[in-house]
Amino acid sequence: MGRILIVAAILLLPSLGWGAGGGHTFPDDEVHIDWDDKAAMQRGARTFVNYCLSCHSAAYSRFNRVGEDLGIPDELVLENLIFTTDVNGDKTKVGELMKTTMTPAYAEQAFGTVPPDLSLIARSRGVDWLYNYLRGFYVDDTRVGLGVNNGVFQNVGMPHVLAELQGLQQPKYKNVQDSHGNESEVIVGFEIIKPGSMTKSEYDQTIHDLVAFLDYLAEPYKQTRKNVGTGVIIFLFVFLILAYLLKKEYWKDVH
Amino acid sequence: MSENKNSNGLLGWIDARFPMTKMFEEHLSKYYAPKNFNFWYFFGSLALLVLVLQIVTGIFLTMHYKPDGDMAFSSVEYIMRDVDWGWLIRYLHSTGSSAFFIVVYLHMFRALIYGSYQKPRELIWLFGMFIFLALMAEAFMGYLLPWGQMSYWGAQVIISLFGAVPVVGDELTLWIRGDFVVSDATLNRFFALHVVAVPIVLLALVVMHIIALHEVGSNNPDGVEIKKNKDANGIPLDGIPFHPYYSVKDLVGVVVFLILFSAVVFFAPEMGGYFLEYANFVPANQFKTPEHIAPVWYFTPFYAILRAIPDKLTGVIAMFASIAVLFVLPWIDRGKVKSVRYRSTSFKLLLVMLVVSFIGLGYLGALPATETRTLFARVFSLGYFGFFLGLWWISKNEVTKPVPERVR
Repeated sequence: MGRILIVAAILLLPSLGWGAGGGHTFPDDEVHIDWDDKAAMQRGARTFVNYCLSCHSAAYSRFNRVGEDLGIPDELVLENLIFTTDVNGDKTKVGELMKTTMTPAYAEQAFGTVPPDLSLIARSRGVDWLYNYLRGFYVDDTRVGLGVNNGVFQNVGMPHVLAELQGLQQPKYKNVQDSHGNESEVIVGFEIIKPGSMTKSEYDQTIHDLVAFLDYLAEPYKQTRKNVGTGVIIFLFVFLILAYLLKKEYWKDVH
Repeated sequence: MSENKNSNGLLGWIDARFPMTKMFEEHLSKYYAPKNFNFWYFFGSLALLVLVLQIVTGIFLTMHYKPDGDMAFSSVEYIMRDVDWGWLIRYLHSTGSSAFFIVVYLHMFRALIYGSYQKPRELIWLFGMFIFLALMAEAFMGYLLPWGQMSYWGAQVIISLFGAVPVVGDELTLWIRGDFVVSDATLNRFFALHVVAVPIVLLALVVMHIIALHEVGSNNPDGVEIKKNKDANGIPLDGIPFHPYYSVKDLVGVVVFLILFSAVVFFAPEMGGYFLEYANFVPANQFKTPEHIAPVWYFTPFYAILRAIPDKLTGVIAMFASIAVLFVLPWIDRGKVKSVRYRSTSFKLLLVMLVVSFIGLGYLGALPATETRTLFARVFSLGYFGFFLGLWWISKNEVTKPVPERVR
């Protein structure tokens, strides 16, 4: 009886969690990241250094570590991934942290805020959020200076830096009612009004690769972690058998 | 002392100067534990294991961590990325803190169901409660050190609770923080307390807990005193030497624990945001409050009690009372029968109410408050305190089953 009550209570509890969700966001897709797909991460790294690293830093990560983990030799890293310079104007060295050249003071002036460091963004926001956010920019003329808004992050201060790839899109709205009967307009789709250099599927793939890279960047040791973990757990299971047999042997005379 | 053996050689030389063999015998090879320990009896030795794990990993973390408002967050990422095996040391430590509470909560639950806090083990329980208190302080201060958003705002919220104290409240919070907001000064003192002061207190209390236990002897699932039935040599008939019997049995428990522990460390170190909260991957920012501030899971039951009460001071008092009431448990329970096996149905129902309330509070404490949830939190808070009130009530003239003479 008691056990049934406990189980019932535990099963019922999650129902209290309903209604806790935030507002409607669009797009609302899930992204699958393959941790063995180094090629996708390499492509993502290229997009990252070309489009993100000029304003955002990834200051907990080093260029040559990215190269080492993704299988890119140092010379290629220097050639294809490093476009920043140090304080003396010399090209950033391969062992340096991935800092941005933009000073915080300039960022404050240009964007009203310092763009966040992206080293851990995949861990704080999650990969699905990033995948949707980077595909969620739409034309909004009320945003002075930016001209765009975002279906995932309303009134974000970031311009649509990937517009040349994606093009510009316009939202399709629909009226919905919430549980209290209040009507509101939500975005249910996008329509390209000015094409970019990529088709929709090419752009989605580019963002997928970029998110794969950001996911790697947030926890570069993830693969090692899982490999070591597998070994440790196999060892422990073998040890468990021996420990159990030892216990059984010792306890033979206890009645 | 042991004159009859080990009087020669190195051990004999040591034994003449330090009671090594004597201590080994008293606490291990000639400490007689009841032979009927079950699943619930693994968690004491596991708590000791996790304590050692936390101390060892903590030492290595201290070698690379910088307790400085400007460097703390990046030094943790430096450990995770640039220090050899740093990610492993850090995940062992962060998972270890959650594991510590899981193990300790189960250990305390064991004491509850088998009456291990009852006479003559009141002091063991009290030392244990002080360990629990020290552990909460240790975990709270340790959580500030990564200096992420949740570290920062969690500390801000909890410290501000002391502001509810009448008259001296504001002065008190200022004194704890060392500044008007949580800042570098707070980080530095929390670091000192986390790595030096509280661990010393914890270790001392653990030693006292074990000495008291070995003085009185262990309870068991039947709640029978094994010392009442001894053989001609004065050895309890139902006792077996802790070493080797329980050392080899606990080894099995340790390995099973390590398998589960490793599964988290290596495959889910964030544990879905419960062991490492997602907002804590953003550096602390005193100008940006996170949307939802939740303490780590092991504090959520008490946090839910706090939030269930609209008045801040009363809420704070209720929260502290929910922990304080555990201290007096040995005197609340007026029953003579220890084990749940021989206690009344009312006791069992109260126990179910406590478990449901505690888990319910823990679940609610992690979520943002809504009207429905606050209502549930109030019901569960009543359930939590109701256990102690009910126990005091029913234990006076409890109808129990006959307790056997010997363990079964």
